[in-house]
Amino acid sequence: MLIAVILGFIFALLVPFFSRFFKKAIPFIFPILPISLFIYFVGFLGEIKSAAHQLYRYEWVPSIGVDLSFRLDGLSLLFALMITGIGALVFVYTANYLKDHEYLDRFYGYLSMFMASMLGVVLSDNLMTMFIFWELTSISSYFLIGFNNNDPASRKSALTALSITGFGGLAMLSGIVILQSVGGSYSFTELLNSSEVIKSSSSYGWIIALLFIGAFTKSAQFPFHFWLPGAMKAPTPVSTYLHSATMVKAGIYLLARFTPLLGDTFWWNGTLVTVGAITMVYAAIHSVFRVDLKSILAYSTISALGILVFLIGIGTEKALLGAGIFILAHALYKAALFLITGIIDHETGSRDVSKLAGLQQVMMPVAIAGFIAALSSAGVPFLLGFISKEVMYEATLDLGQWAIILTVLLVLTKVGILVAGFWAGIKPFIGNLPSEFNKAHLPSPLLWFPPLLLGVLSLGFGIFPSLMTESLIQPVFSSMSGADTVIQLKLWHGFNLVLLLSVLTLVTGGLLYWFLIPSEARFQKTLRYESISPQNIIEGGSNLFGHFARIWTKFFQNGYLRNYVITILAFLTLLMSFRLFGGVNIHLDWDQISPVSSYEIIVVVLMIISILFAITTNSRTVAIVALGVVGFANCLFFVFYSAPDLAMTQFSIDTLTVLLFMLVLLKLPKNRSFSSKGMKIRDAVLSLLFGVLIAILTLEVFEEPSSSEISKYYADNAYILAKGRNVVNVILVDYRGFDTMVETVVLVIAAVGVYSLMKLDLNPSKKDS
Amino acid sequence: MKSLIFKTASTYLLPLLLLFSIFILLRGHYLPGGGFVGGLMASIAFLIHSFAFGLKETQHIIRINPGFLMPIGLVLAVGAAVAPFFIGAPVLKGLWFEEQFRFIGIVGSALFFDVGVYLVVIGATLTIMFSITDTV
Repeated sequence: MLIAVILGFIFALLVPFFSRFFKKAIPFIFPILPISLFIYFVGFLGEIKSAAHQLYRYEWVPSIGVDLSFRLDGLSLLFALMITGIGALVFVYTANYLKDHEYLDRFYGYLSMFMASMLGVVLSDNLMTMFIFWELTSISSYFLIGFNNNDPASRKSALTALSITGFGGLAMLSGIVILQSVGGSYSFTELLNSSEVIKSSSSYGWIIALLFIGAFTKSAQFPFHFWLPGAMKAPTPVSTYLHSATMVKAGIYLLARFTPLLGDTFWWNGTLVTVGAITMVYAAIHSVFRVDLKSILAYSTISALGILVFLIGIGTEKALLGAGIFILAHALYKAALFLITGIIDHETGSRDVSKLAGLQQVMMPVAIAGFIAALSSAGVPFLLGFISKEVMYEATLDLGQWAIILTVLLVLTKVGILVAGFWAGIKPFIGNLPSEFNKAHLPSPLLWFPPLLLGVLSLGFGIFPSLMTESLIQPVFSSMSGADTVIQLKLWHGFNLVLLLSVLTLVTGGLLYWFLIPSEARFQKTLRYESISPQNIIEGGSNLFGHFARIWTKFFQNGYLRNYVITILAFLTLLMSFRLFGGVNIHLDWDQISPVSSYEIIVVVLMIISILFAITTNSRTVAIVALGVVGFANCLFFVFYSAPDLAMTQFSIDTLTVLLFMLVLLKLPKNRSFSSKGMKIRDAVLSLLFGVLIAILTLEVFEEPSSSEISKYYADNAYILAKGRNVVNVILVDYRGFDTMVETVVLVIAAVGVYSLMKLDLNPSKKDS
Repeated sequence: MKSLIFKTASTYLLPLLLLFSIFILLRGHYLPGGGFVGGLMASIAFLIHSFAFGLKETQHIIRINPGFLMPIGLVLAVGAAVAPFFIGAPVLKGLWFEEQFRFIGIVGSALFFDVGVYLVVIGATLTIMFSITDTV
């Protein structure tokens, strides 16, 4: 199991090393990966019966309860099959779609990395591990969306997607941590036992709110939905794989996964139904106004995700069953539609639905796939979409007082999705072929076979629902609801309200499709409302934040070293005085103080004189030398109080500092007075305050009872354990050798930093001259 | 700096200070001293020389780019730290030769570690100082 999950990472890691030698072979090698994984997961179909799950544990970081444990039950199996199955088709499709692309190898690397992370998300039992994989999907999708990295728009969308999903990921992480502190474990399986405890705890609200943010951002729910249409800048295989079939469903997966654990409360259901309903209707309406095929599909995908959230929110057995089937149905038909869009784009160079027509004359197989997918999305009988739609309507009709309004919303959404599906799957193929597309021809089977296969599956499951009922849908349903009701899917339910609604949907949608001709002009009209769209508001917010950050940085880090020093000192002074505000506890015991000798007095006087020199002189050299004297005088104190090692080091450091200052100062122009009288007073006050505070702090330290045990241990054992008599050095090279080692590394880094600052001219403004 | 006294003195100071720094380095395990201080002193020695004769002259004396001392020192220090690992002892455990060496005394992994620190300190300090001198 572990190998199955990380195999994709291994493949991705090998790409940079071997692609040079196997560049030609890569499109043939890589599809083997998802295909074999798919076969591997199909093998589990029989084993995962209702409610049963299999756990695989591999230890990773046991000290904080994070391990690589994988849980395979109906829900994760469904997702694993979709990820690898659609993955296999996408991998094959890409081989031709991006044929001869310069970075095809890279693309496959990103894709397999993504696939592996996605498998990790849906299979992880440990929530911390799941979070890590979750973030990896965001990162790999960043690369995939920004694959055309020469295009600024594409880079921007990639960044938007990453920031939105990354933000959600952070929220989710906090949610997981709170969940762990309440439930006592990161393991989902173990948490399931304490479901009631979690639900009744005071942090429950926080947990679900944070997890919701994670799920909503990933699954493009209102108001975070806008990254998804932007992400359509990616090559079509990416849109197919990430943005319709798998990644955006990760949020759905999360919600479905947590339903038995956290679900069935007012806030859980209420929030999900509200957000889901807003998203599905909002996006369905939006999709009807678009003309770009990919845009239409993006919005209809958001709408479908809204339906899923909505169904999970309703939370009845029927609704969860509907969600389970719809996940599969949607993945099958939406992936097909995206692939078809890719083919159309590839062959005609256009994705404008108002221009495309009549393509069935040149690419019949593609057209067939398109028809099936469109009909399945519409929910026409004998297709999988029909079954899922029937179950959904049954679910909403069962709801008592809310039944009517929720059903109306659902029907409305379904009509929108139908129109979108027809535009993408039917409109481009019927009618007369415009002359500008005469050159289009049937592409390689590598391109049209995947969508056709998806269509055949939609059809097969639609006609014979028993094919999947027991092996797949039943376990999915059980792991989502926790109930063990035996489900039955039928094609024919008799003449009832549900059937009537289905017919109503089809007729309304059909009429709408007939009369509503997609046009650029209508799309332009919607742009009027752009300024109040969530995208604009959130982007405006982030711009404002950037603006604020610039002002903030300009104020505190304005490039003058002297201001930096003032900032640091002022901040420390404030911090310490705040701390001292609570009361100072200084108790000086004059008897304990060692007698003051005459040479100590001399040294102190020397120090004071040099300080006076340093602050009054006009010559830089004098100031530096005076400061050096202060340093040396300090060292003398170390000598007086028997710390020769410290004194020696301090001597050398002081010498070096003075030398360094001299080196630089000698080259500077003559000193002039830059500071006004006011500035001088300000500096004086600040330094006096700082000095006083440090003095108070030092005196306070004496109040702390000091333990001599550690130093005694060091002193006693220095020779026995480390064969050294100089305790300081023994500590440095032996007791705390690791510290020293890391410090030497720090020193090297500092040296390299100074070197590169000084020698490499990275300032672009100077480069031209 | 064009003082004859300073120039003459620094010609003698350089070898003396370098020897002294090695002395400080080696005695570190028993008496005040050690790799860090030793390294600082050696760098001061070179720095004083560069003050008197100019950067070019000092670099000529050192021959290699002092930057190279950093990786060498790091390898020594890390090597000394990791060496016990290969004979099954925990990392950073002190290992010692059985017999005493003349002048130096007993030699152990701690000494190699300290020599590594010494070299890193010289390399880092001189790199910093020289690149600053060279640029301003």
